[in-house]
Amino acid sequence: MNGVHDMGGMQGMGPIRYEKNEPVFHERWEGRIYALNRAMRAWRLWNLDTDRHALEVMPPAEYLRMRYYERWVARLEQQVVKFGLVTSAEVESGKPADGARKSPALTAAMSDRFVSRGIPSAQDPKVAPRFKVGQRVRARLINPAGHTRLPRYARGKTGVIGRDHGVYLFPDTNAHFLGEKRQHVYSVRFAARELWGPAAPERDSVHLDMWDDYLERA
Amino acid sequence: MANNPTRRDFLFTVAAAGAPGLPPHRAGVAAPGPGQPHMDPHQHDHEHQAVPSDLTLRVKALESLLVEKGLVDPAALDALVDTVEHRIGPRNGARVVARAWVDPAYKKRLLANAPAAIAELGYTSGQGEHMVALENEPKVHNLVVCTLCSCYPWPVLGLPPVWYKSAAYRSRAVIDPRGVLREFGLSLDPDVEVRVWDSTAELRYIVLPERPPGTAHMTEDELAALVTRDAMVGVAKAAAPGAGAGV
Repeated sequence: MNGVHDMGGMQGMGPIRYEKNEPVFHERWEGRIYALNRAMRAWRLWNLDTDRHALEVMPPAEYLRMRYYERWVARLEQQVVKFGLVTSAEVESGKPADGARKSPALTAAMSDRFVSRGIPSAQDPKVAPRFKVGQRVRARLINPAGHTRLPRYARGKTGVIGRDHGVYLFPDTNAHFLGEKRQHVYSVRFAARELWGPAAPERDSVHLDMWDDYLERA
Repeated sequence: MANNPTRRDFLFTVAAAGAPGLPPHRAGVAAPGPGQPHMDPHQHDHEHQAVPSDLTLRVKALESLLVEKGLVDPAALDALVDTVEHRIGPRNGARVVARAWVDPAYKKRLLANAPAAIAELGYTSGQGEHMVALENEPKVHNLVVCTLCSCYPWPVLGLPPVWYKSAAYRSRAVIDPRGVLREFGLSLDPDVEVRVWDSTAELRYIVLPERPPGTAHMTEDELAALVTRDAMVGVAKAAAPGAGAGV
């Protein structure tokens, strides 16, 4: 979707604010919500792409106003209700409505392994690439209303395949439980001038990782 | 999301108090000119806004609810937090870079197959199963960003700093990388090629900075101390000896 999260190339967002010796978490709740988000995904009711999309659909003004981990709070409050683990009344009150208890999907003993995102292997000889390294390609001019990892600033632009990264799940469908659509992902080099016009330095470039379905022959 | 009364009350309070929650640039503070990085130690107080104690309460309530329903194990949460606070972080990446500086065969393996080379040093957890190392050269400078969210190479750098996840960095790194670098105090010559890497898929990028001059006599451990997080994201160069690397 053409949401406010798709920020590449936007202007007017102000100076970059740098904090020296920044802690991993500024307050305790940030660490807890980080861990809660990761632990709850272990139930496998939703996936990484679903979680990314849940941030994208937040109202733009709220998205920009909220601190990073505040978005994670809002997201988890929504996901646990949406996927039927708790009711909204329980979230409001912070108290279980009954005595029903499950057994946690993620235990401390497993949490080491679960720090990994569990991205499947990129090796799959059964899935053929549609493009070759060195080939000229165009990013498709599309405006999907759902989740996509094709940023607006690259759509319709021409680049060159730099590397074939192997096979990955297609986020546009995986986010919405419409199938994994495993396909090749490539590093595509776009000249800065192709993206931003003649004022950009001639030799500079931006490299994006793009799924097969985002590309067409140029 | 913003549907509970506490939240609405908070928003109303913020609005009534003249919006202290707005970042300073939206509250009318001028942007810095080139070469004027914003490093005032007090500014993060604004960036993080008037901290709503409401968030502490909301997270406490959510955690206790999920624990009481048997959906999460508090010990697992402790372990997850401990990992990112104490076990992963930029010191891991610095060891990878220092090894690549002293061992040409290792550097070759790192550039050809980063996950395997990083795993040789024992770093394998988190957002980084599928990693790529980018080599800076005298005439090539690499810069990493995630314009769409906050993708970052966790096993070698830990969790990303606030500025990396900010709208300011995400929006501008691709359209004006040289301006962004100047804000970090790094002015590149016009004949240096800038390559920006937008982490739009599941690949995670680490920059292999150039080894600073005057370091031929240094040990691997001493070299690792020169490698900052910022150098591995590409917003800085590795520190010169004696300059003090920080993070």
